[in-house]
Amino acid sequence: MKKLLLAASAASLLACGSLSAAHADNMQEHRGGTLRLLARSAAGTLDPHINYTLQYWQVFQPLYDGLVAFRKADGKDGFKIVADIAEDMPQVSDDGKTFTFKIRKGIKFSNGDELGVKDVVASFQRIFKVSGPTSGTFYAGIVGADKCLAETSTCTLEGGVVGDEAAGTVTINITKPDAEFLDKLAMPHAVILPADTPTEDVGSKPIPSTGAYMISAYDPNKGMTMERNPHFKQWSEEAQPDGYPDVVQYDFGLTEEAAVTAIQKGEADWMYDQPPTDRLVELGTKYMDQVHISPLTAWWYAPLNTNLAPFDNEKARQAVAYAVDRNTLVNLFGGKVLGSPVCQVLPPDFPGHVDYCPFTKNPGAKWSAADLDKAKQLVEESGTKGQKVTVIVEDTAVSRSIGVYLQSVLTSIGYQADVKPISPNLQFTYIQNTNNKVQMSVSQWYQDYPAASNFLNILFGCDSFREGSDASVNISGFCDKGIDAKMKQAMDLGVTDQDAANKLWSEVDKEVTDKAAAVALFTPKHVDFVSKRLGNFKFNAQFYWIFTQAWVQ
Amino acid sequence: MAALAIFLLIVFACLSAPLYARWAGVDPFLSTLDAVITIDGQDVPVMEQSTEGLGLGYTPLGPTWRLGNYFLGADNQGRDVMARMLYGGLNSLLISSAATVLTLILGTAAGLIAGYFGGVTDTVLSRFLDILWAFPIYLLAISLSIVTIAEGISIGPITIESGSLWLPVIIIGIVYVPYVARPIRGQVLALRNSEFVMAAINLGVPGPRILWRDILPNITTTLIVFVPLMMALNMLTESALSFLSIGVQPPDASWGTIIQDGQALLYTRPLVALAPGIAIAVSVMALNVFGDGLRDALDPRSKVRLGRD
Repeated sequence: MKKLLLAASAASLLACGSLSAAHADNMQEHRGGTLRLLARSAAGTLDPHINYTLQYWQVFQPLYDGLVAFRKADGKDGFKIVADIAEDMPQVSDDGKTFTFKIRKGIKFSNGDELGVKDVVASFQRIFKVSGPTSGTFYAGIVGADKCLAETSTCTLEGGVVGDEAAGTVTINITKPDAEFLDKLAMPHAVILPADTPTEDVGSKPIPSTGAYMISAYDPNKGMTMERNPHFKQWSEEAQPDGYPDVVQYDFGLTEEAAVTAIQKGEADWMYDQPPTDRLVELGTKYMDQVHISPLTAWWYAPLNTNLAPFDNEKARQAVAYAVDRNTLVNLFGGKVLGSPVCQVLPPDFPGHVDYCPFTKNPGAKWSAADLDKAKQLVEESGTKGQKVTVIVEDTAVSRSIGVYLQSVLTSIGYQADVKPISPNLQFTYIQNTNNKVQMSVSQWYQDYPAASNFLNILFGCDSFREGSDASVNISGFCDKGIDAKMKQAMDLGVTDQDAANKLWSEVDKEVTDKAAAVALFTPKHVDFVSKRLGNFKFNAQFYWIFTQAWVQ
Repeated sequence: MAALAIFLLIVFACLSAPLYARWAGVDPFLSTLDAVITIDGQDVPVMEQSTEGLGLGYTPLGPTWRLGNYFLGADNQGRDVMARMLYGGLNSLLISSAATVLTLILGTAAGLIAGYFGGVTDTVLSRFLDILWAFPIYLLAISLSIVTIAEGISIGPITIESGSLWLPVIIIGIVYVPYVARPIRGQVLALRNSEFVMAAINLGVPGPRILWRDILPNITTTLIVFVPLMMALNMLTESALSFLSIGVQPPDASWGTIIQDGQALLYTRPLVALAPGIAIAVSVMALNVFGDGLRDALDPRSKVRLGRD
């Protein structure tokens, strides 16, 4: 692991030289102006240790820093982890359980205070003190986390996160080797905040930041203003580059239709929400130069409840997987440019992904066509024909249309199906709770970080299934002891041999796909519609568009 | 009469929905995204993929203006909008008329009992109606719908499943009860002190018999006038609930759900939302004009008005 980290550091240093020269030139030419962003609504608390939304994770990128960070680079380069608050990548002990970080000197928060070891230690304690949403998962492996999870207010992470003021180092000890620990440290939930930050959700009050920008005004009903952090001095272009615009104005409240029109008129530069489907043709023809389409490591899928009839029967589940025409779903999403049919869990180009599709007319690597005859045969064999099935979808135009289509498919293979659209604010928790007896639903999963476990283990691991809980992200309730053991084996193997682990994940992917605990629908792509004046658009595979790296003048 | 004729025309058109769908050879409840139809000897896809520029997006077929062949075009599932309009109208009319019957039964019963028996009975019933009336009508309807939409209603042996059309009927029927009960109670209070009712009471005629034989016939005119006016109001409420996904559930259609489907096509195929909107407006206007005419004809002095003024 040590060798790997050293090689990664050397490669990134080489790349850094050419990047910096170009960046400096562009900075001179394009620095300044106000970047105007739009979103239909705000996305909740400003607390980076608590907020778990893609919308604000994107916002937090130029604001906050962790010990390490995902590289602020275009495309899949954004999956690389680089040192951020830490001077360099950590020294890792031979047993893979101790990570030592040397803290950079001279980094200041936007309130002028210098960042030190105590802030790092306090920030890790705060993750537990505010009961961060991933404190029990991502960071549960830190020594002392169990006590912190049991008694949040007195959390010290004793023996887990140890600061050495004199040496300027922080050592993190984990209970067992974790190949994904650095990914977890690079998440916004582990950013470093001032030690005196309140140990409760700060809500709409911005916390001083270390990044190139700070939030100067925020009203969740109106908008957010980000200005340059007066105490920021760029220390790593890869981790926290200086931004082009002087001010970023993020306004809330416009519908997607209105946002598209505002960008067309040059009144705004970008919209967070996806453009409505009825505007896509227009954007794809009249505004081609302003549209950016980027692949996502994400998954649209239809979880089938493996503990409820009719989908407690494997043949019934496979029947649905055979019957669904992925091309139709892709069309409902906006056409083949915006999505690709899939049969398996892991998205294309993801660690562990090997093309596999058993549920198609000609089983093999890729999906070709729905096989309705096979589906009807499986329904007959399963003895579930005529049973009632309800599909729960989000009440949004795309989800509703997918739900209506799935209802048609279920009816055509012999079920009595209906579809229920429920509010997008409720649907995700509703379908997770077993008390609601959801048989089938439509959902999406976007990676937290680029690891196969983030799809397979999270969505189909036995530990992710909690009966009667709103937080049971294994919506299918799928638990196969054999597959689960294999997943744990792959995670352990990843510590020493990631390639071998990825091979094992490929096997797990196939096995989970064969069991049809969920119907894979399609891999979506992301549409960014930007203003004519906006330049230097960079789409980061991890946190999407890096908005402060775009210029408006 | 013209209003009645227009309304009856809409009713007959909607009743012909199954015949129209069979004649047109379409299933208005099934997605037919890859369907191809023939217009002037040419095959035309119901959903057209953009091939220009970046090739983004699909556009449903626009109106062909040919009856039986996607007259109003297709929606985002490739379904015939005209066929769905007729089926949707049928559901909207069914729900609004059934809810009207329910409202009139409950409202009349409450008004009769409260007005005739007075005292504690009147106080309890009137306060209950006041509480119901205190809620903004749409807020109450939306709240009831959200509570019942996922699980349905189960009271004793009676179970109404979540997708049933009876759910919006019951919800709409209940929320408008005070609108009928209040004026009826007022009329009954006046009738209760009239000479013929006093005479019946003094002769020892039982209360229920007086209500049934003497008072009810005297409020029939009001009830008849209420029918078209309440139907219009119920139709608007049903459309609003269905538009918000808490009325008629997909793939069933109502004019409200079709407007909702059309909302995602406003920019490219505005007719999908406009057509049911126009149908609602025309139906409601016809019912209101007919209701007003009926009131004037039956009782020119009557002051029956819906609403709180």
